[in-house]
Amino acid sequence: MTVEEHARRYPEVWRRFSPRETLTRYVWYVSIVFVAVWSVSNLDISWFYFLDAHLQLADLAIRMWPPDVAFTALLLAPLVETIHIATLGTAVTVVIAFPIAFLAARNTTFNAATWFIGRFILVASRSVNTVVWGLLFVAIFGPGPVAGIWAIAFRSIGFMGKLVAEAIEEIDRGAVEAIEATGASRLQVLWIGILPQVLPVIYGTTVYRWDINIRESTVLGFVGAGGIGILLYSSINQFQWREVAVILVAVFGVVVVSELISATVRQRIT
Amino acid sequence: MLEVTDLVKVYPTGTRALNGVSLTVDEPKVIAIIGPSGAGKSTLIRCINRLVEPTSGKILLDGVDIASLGRRELRKFRRRLGMIFQEYNLVERLTVMENVLSGRLGYVSFWQAYRRRYPPDDIRMAFQLLDRVGLSGYENTRADALSGGQRQRVGIARALMQQPDLLLVDEPTASLDPKTSRQIMRLLVELAHERGTPALVNIHDVGLAQSFTDRVVGLADGRIVFDGPVDRVTAQVLTDIYGEEDWSTTIREVEDEEEEREEAGVSRSKPPAREKKDEVTLGVAEGE
Repeated sequence: MTVEEHARRYPEVWRRFSPRETLTRYVWYVSIVFVAVWSVSNLDISWFYFLDAHLQLADLAIRMWPPDVAFTALLLAPLVETIHIATLGTAVTVVIAFPIAFLAARNTTFNAATWFIGRFILVASRSVNTVVWGLLFVAIFGPGPVAGIWAIAFRSIGFMGKLVAEAIEEIDRGAVEAIEATGASRLQVLWIGILPQVLPVIYGTTVYRWDINIRESTVLGFVGAGGIGILLYSSINQFQWREVAVILVAVFGVVVVSELISATVRQRIT
Repeated sequence: MLEVTDLVKVYPTGTRALNGVSLTVDEPKVIAIIGPSGAGKSTLIRCINRLVEPTSGKILLDGVDIASLGRRELRKFRRRLGMIFQEYNLVERLTVMENVLSGRLGYVSFWQAYRRRYPPDDIRMAFQLLDRVGLSGYENTRADALSGGQRQRVGIARALMQQPDLLLVDEPTASLDPKTSRQIMRLLVELAHERGTPALVNIHDVGLAQSFTDRVVGLADGRIVFDGPVDRVTAQVLTDIYGEEDWSTTIREVEDEEEEREEAGVSRSKPPAREKKDEVTLGVAEGE
């Protein structure tokens, strides 16, 4: 082998990306910056308010201090109601989302039409925010926790249904095949072959969704759907910032505890 | 018993996996199906219990054509065909007992299965089989806590719970180490013989096929190119099945195996009918 041949066969330069790929990447970077700049310029933001934002923040903090500890007594009942709304809403969700998940999973649905119906329900549920569902159900059931429970459930069905349906689609086909090969009926295959495989996901997402629902149900009161949100809303409207401080601390505490519970339970599931 | 005629399977992709396979099983023997990857071994076995739908051809079991059965009759018929898989295919999060009893699903109602209330006869049979495959005491262990060899024993017990008329065995040892492979093959062959159940065994390992089975069927490109007793498998036969290769070491394994078994103190003769059902198999379970 001559020196030239050797150099051609074993070159010293190696690049991960071709110049063309590098160029494409920079075009993407520039476009993203452009989109961000365009968004901000289009929003008509009053920069004027930024000038004294730090003063407003300090002012708010001073008005919140000291928190109105006596208010705690009034706060307890709505706080418990908030937790109940989240828990009952999650329970309703599990009952409704479970069958829908099987419809929305390709390998357990009956046909293309049932699959589409299942997916449609899941997408519809997720495309509407909990607070918007709350507005709808307050119109139907009147103000109060019942509207809140349904609002929570209708938003959560899409979340749980989607995750469980994905878990069903990812199960081990082999075990299902083996159960089918024994001459088991469709329902038996579902119960013995498929359900045990998705149970951890069902448990896990239920607890996880309950934890999210506690956070969501704290604002449901803003639209009259029960819970501590009603209190928070009225305290803000009356500029009772010392009460607001107590409510925020209480909500923070409950959310931390529910997250702890949810994390522990999900870790224990095998 | 089993009579497969002109079986053809064309997959939607256009692959002709089976190209007119005819096969007769008329005595309770263990039949090895050998052949290169993609020759159609798995497809053949899966067509018999219609986990794969055959394109054309007949599969007669005691005179009934499985290929033309409706959904309902097929389910009933599948109870007579026990299947054992390469990846064991247990429901991992269920216990050993639940997995073994799932072999009875074709015989019990949904509610019995739902409440895990199987008939007493089934439960006794399950305990006997667990003992026979060397897993007594493991009934409440979850399947995902078992080793590969133990899982395959559960798979064997589940298939036998069906009291099948034919065993379909798809690569039973391909995921196991050589020692466990031999133990599993030995157990499988013993059980098939003592129960008088014929077995079709897909197997990659020609050496194992030669040491444990009675008859060998060679598949190549979806056709049967050899069908005969195990001692007629020569280098030429293997070349017909797999293509040109130096087969001398593969063939010689037969003698190696027999020597090994003599050393281990096992009698060379393997009578078709072993009566002692409670006898524990060699080297079972421990240390796997």
